[in-house]
Amino acid sequence: MKRRDTGGSALNRARKLGFSFDGRAFEGVEGDTLASSLLANGVRLVGRSFKYHRPRGVMTAGSEEPNALLEVLRDGAWHPNIRATMQELHQGLDARAQNCWPSVRRDVMAVNDWLAPFLGAGFYYKTFMWPRAFWEGLYEPVIRRAAGLGRLPQSHQYDPHEKAFAFCELLVIGSGPAGLMAALVAAKAGADVILCEEDRQMGGRFLSDAGQIDGMPDGAWAAGVLAELAELPNVRLMPRTSVFGAYDGGVYGAIERVALHQAAPGRTPRECYWRITAKRAIMATGALERPIAHPDNDRPGVMMLGAVASYWQRFAVDPGRVVVFGNNDHALATAKALAADGMDIRAYIDPREITADAPFKTYQGEVIGTRGRHGLHAVTLRHKGREMRLEADTLALSGGWNPSLHLACHMNGRPVWDETIASFVPRERMVPGMQAVGAAAGIFSTHGALESGARAAMQALDALGLSATPPDLPQAEDTPYAITPLWQVQAQGRAWLDFANDVTTKDVAQAVREGFASVEHMKRYTTQGMAPDQGKSSNIGALAVLADATGGTIPGTGTTTFRPPFVPVSIAALGAGGYGPGFAPQRFTTSHAQTRKMGAPMIEAGLWYRPSYFPQATDRDWRCACNREALYVRHAVGICDVSTLGKIDVQGPDAARFLDFVYTNTMSSLKPGRVRYGLMLREDGHVMDDGTCARLSDQHFLITTTTAAAGEVIRHLDFVQQAYCADWQLRLISVTETWAQFAIAGPLADALLGHLLGDVPDLPFMGCVPVMVGGVGARLFRISFSGERGYELAVPARYGADLYRHLVALAEGFGGGAYGMEALNVLRIEKGFITHAEIDGRVTAFDLGLQGMVSAKKDCIGRAASQRPGLTGPARLQLVGLRPVDPQSEITAGAHLYPCDKPAKAAYGQGHVKSVCYSPTLESWLGLALLENGRARHGETLRLDDGLRGLRTPVEICNPVFFDPNGGRMRD
Amino acid sequence: MRLPCPCCGWRDLREFTYKGAADALHRPALDDPSGWDDHLHNRTNPAGETRDLWYHDPCGTWVCITRDTVSHAVISGVPLEGAR
Amino acid sequence: MIRLKETSAGAKLRLPPLTGCTLRMLPQMRITSIAPYSGQADALRARLGGFPAPGEVLKVQGIDLVWAGGDLAFAFGDDLPDGLGAHCALSDQSDGWCGFVLQGAGAEALLARRLPFDLRNMASPGSARSVLDHLPVLVLRRASDRFEIWVWRSMVQSFVQQIRT
Ligand SMILES: [Zn+2]
Repeated sequence: MKRRDTGGSALNRARKLGFSFDGRAFEGVEGDTLASSLLANGVRLVGRSFKYHRPRGVMTAGSEEPNALLEVLRDGAWHPNIRATMQELHQGLDARAQNCWPSVRRDVMAVNDWLAPFLGAGFYYKTFMWPRAFWEGLYEPVIRRAAGLGRLPQSHQYDPHEKAFAFCELLVIGSGPAGLMAALVAAKAGADVILCEEDRQMGGRFLSDAGQIDGMPDGAWAAGVLAELAELPNVRLMPRTSVFGAYDGGVYGAIERVALHQAAPGRTPRECYWRITAKRAIMATGALERPIAHPDNDRPGVMMLGAVASYWQRFAVDPGRVVVFGNNDHALATAKALAADGMDIRAYIDPREITADAPFKTYQGEVIGTRGRHGLHAVTLRHKGREMRLEADTLALSGGWNPSLHLACHMNGRPVWDETIASFVPRERMVPGMQAVGAAAGIFSTHGALESGARAAMQALDALGLSATPPDLPQAEDTPYAITPLWQVQAQGRAWLDFANDVTTKDVAQAVREGFASVEHMKRYTTQGMAPDQGKSSNIGALAVLADATGGTIPGTGTTTFRPPFVPVSIAALGAGGYGPGFAPQRFTTSHAQTRKMGAPMIEAGLWYRPSYFPQATDRDWRCACNREALYVRHAVGICDVSTLGKIDVQGPDAARFLDFVYTNTMSSLKPGRVRYGLMLREDGHVMDDGTCARLSDQHFLITTTTAAAGEVIRHLDFVQQAYCADWQLRLISVTETWAQFAIAGPLADALLGHLLGDVPDLPFMGCVPVMVGGVGARLFRISFSGERGYELAVPARYGADLYRHLVALAEGFGGGAYGMEALNVLRIEKGFITHAEIDGRVTAFDLGLQGMVSAKKDCIGRAASQRPGLTGPARLQLVGLRPVDPQSEITAGAHLYPCDKPAKAAYGQGHVKSVCYSPTLESWLGLALLENGRARHGETLRLDDGLRGLRTPVEICNPVFFDPNGGRMRD
Repeated sequence: MRLPCPCCGWRDLREFTYKGAADALHRPALDDPSGWDDHLHNRTNPAGETRDLWYHDPCGTWVCITRDTVSHAVISGVPLEGAR
Repeated sequence: MIRLKETSAGAKLRLPPLTGCTLRMLPQMRITSIAPYSGQADALRARLGGFPAPGEVLKVQGIDLVWAGGDLAFAFGDDLPDGLGAHCALSDQSDGWCGFVLQGAGAEALLARRLPFDLRNMASPGSARSVLDHLPVLVLRRASDRFEIWVWRSMVQSFVQQIRT
């Protein structure tokens, strides 16, 4: 193989590109793919096969390539399984063979090929069964080391990728004759068209065949159409873009190779993952040529005829002495055209009788073997009952064409068998709104492709409500396609079906003998079609061999299921931007900057970031800080940003009535200026959330939700209103973002407020009042989540940062300060206040001891279901407090509770721990737990058992309110 | 998958939150325990046309979607008021 | 006695340079949500001189009225007529939202890539609610090459990060 002196429509010979393969330096030119440049440099051996480590070379010129999977160095890491046929060459490209050691020419694992008789289908299933104990320690690691194609980079990859959306009226997939025609007709009629093409260049097979259209070379005709399309504002041409999946609702997934062909792409995304929504789509994906299963058909130098033509025409690769083995008229016509163009075609072999004249020798017969250690040098054929050998550098196979119909099958549709082309063709409407045209629909002549493309475009325009007159079709070749199927050559030796996964015709026969005769079983037993190429070249052949072995017909045997993606899609593209801060939106409170300045580590609460604790230099660990902050609140005053709680404005003449319906307790009896604790149930009777409800004025309420449940609650309230009370006079809207709100808690809270407001309003416990703070209208609530006398002060968010600074400074002046989530948790556990650690979706109001809050005087969401049998009673897990018998003995959330004399078995489990803390006030570990019949068991001792952390300790069951059980500190 | 919001038109699935079957639109009477069992738990799971409820998060509209579980066709989307 | 100072959510925000368009942050302005009560839509419309249908942006009596979801409008500016409260719920949303202007010949193309809805159908002026990489957004098209994107105050950092890439 070498580069021809002239030709190569894809090449810009003026720009030489240096690259390396397996450490050797080579030169290619601009426009080359890695595959074409290797071939032009005479490199035929590019890798080793998956199982037998057989030498392998480039077979195809497209994304279906099963053999030439290489590793490419990019952004500092070796990326595996790069198809050499799809990787465009750039200056400095560094590639290497994979699946071989120490080198692709001398690969140690090639010994597998000699062991092939033992390594047939099901080898691993049969061999590594016994003894069982060997599996984890020995067999699995050995198999893992030997298996796999390529190795993933072992470091994080941060090279940029992108995700994007696109919308159009018509998506045309493929830019060959049918796709171009369809895009042209639709675009001229004014439709918004996206034309996607997998290759760098548009034009499909017009780029590599030598046909004529309207008396001009078809390549020139295609260039003219493309120029016309490029001028139209309603057309978007997307080369280097593979549409890989068809999904519900006219959504198509596509992957664009944005910068993989650039030597120094910088911050340009390497790939872009497109989600294209199209009202209609035209599948003009062409057809894939299939190999013929003859002995030793996997030798480097054995290629698809269409690929040989493509490398010749587009990349000026001279394949040397060529023998063609075909079984269809298209193959013979291609061979003649290539010979006329100067290719050294030595012979054409076809099992059919060949009557036409040809400028090369023709043989009626079959190829029964190939020779050459690392690459082909001779072909053995059987002709009129005798064997003969032909010297050759390249054996070009053409077993016919399979419509590339994968996308059509992505929504579970099954294609039908077409006897005239001996392949499957798509049916109508397998994907709603998508129509197959041209070769993808089994229409192989150029005229047929143009005609079907134009017709599908007219139909699409009609569906889109656009009118157009049918175009005059250009003159093009319209020869019928004749084929006599040849699935396998009957001869001695192994004949490959699936090159990527090393599946031979014998493996399929063996699968049938061993009872795996259905296509789905055969596939899994032999791994046929399960390699990165997904059996694009081999599935139909394997099906035919299976049908032969079982004595059935091909359509009767079935078809394989094609699933997305049509081509491999990198995880990097699917997850583009989704690492680090891009993983999810981050929500920051107005006190965030100040909190970070104070050195607080942040903890995620939903999407919000809240301070864990505020460290000081003398702290031994975080618990020192936590204890200190909890004691601020118990003895002085603490400040905490509580803006992350959901806040919902509920207004209107029927607002109170509505709140009565969504809360278990009654809110309509609340007086303006007062706040009430409220409980919401789900309709199934379990607790959804809790919070406060403040009546700001007669028709204006402000309710709060927990931080984590804010989204769920507003969805729920919107549902209740829109589903059951649409005619009530009320509206709700989130004001979470509008207000910055801070807890001021502790015995000195009033003193602090005095400094801040000048005059502390005489506010009763659970009262609220508008106040002015620092010249700004604010709201003051006397509520407490700590059990201390306390307030929450809310200001418009723009003043939040400044107010927080003032509050913390004032608190510090009183011997208190800011407290974080750890201290907040300690304070609320001491008081037995619940959070979503306890409200875990399975608890009822009864379980929490809040059954008294479910009013019997009115209906509410969840009331009927909360009274179902099984949701109340002694069998329920009920909220209790836990104290370890030794107060200093650590206890853990997630631990289970057992009777002291029973083992840690599920049958004896009586409950589990939801939250724990160390209370610096009570100088003891404390826990909140759910325990069977717990309220009746205060005083009992149980064993807390945390199998995960190896912790066991006796605990005493008690009232969940550990501190100030009468609530005098916060109320009086 | 794309769903029609009565306010916003056809939108991507990622903008919606699923609730469940449209049975939720009809609350039984408070004193009808078996009615509540059906309401909460029993579903017909049809092969074919079904109605279910989706929240269009960006605009806050609950939508009753009629769709086909066999063909995956999405047939219509209406506000809850019109769905009962 | 202290006086509270305002802090802009964009105080320390570094806006990314974009190609084909520019991004700038709008100053905070008064935003009032207007949610008509059931059966009051006509009375409210009469009082206001109009009420935006889904996707609409109106200018009535000098008020910039923008559809903001469901049966909801945002009024940008200070001059709401009195006496609306009988017909609708009014809520001050000024501090909850931050606005950015994306302007230039490349603005539509940039947004179209990032938003999961069909921007080609969006009227000018027009309004849409959607998500931008999981960030809730209110998108206003003020002119063919000028968009406003309103995001929650707490999410401005994430927004700026997302629009950069
Ligand atoms: Zn909507």
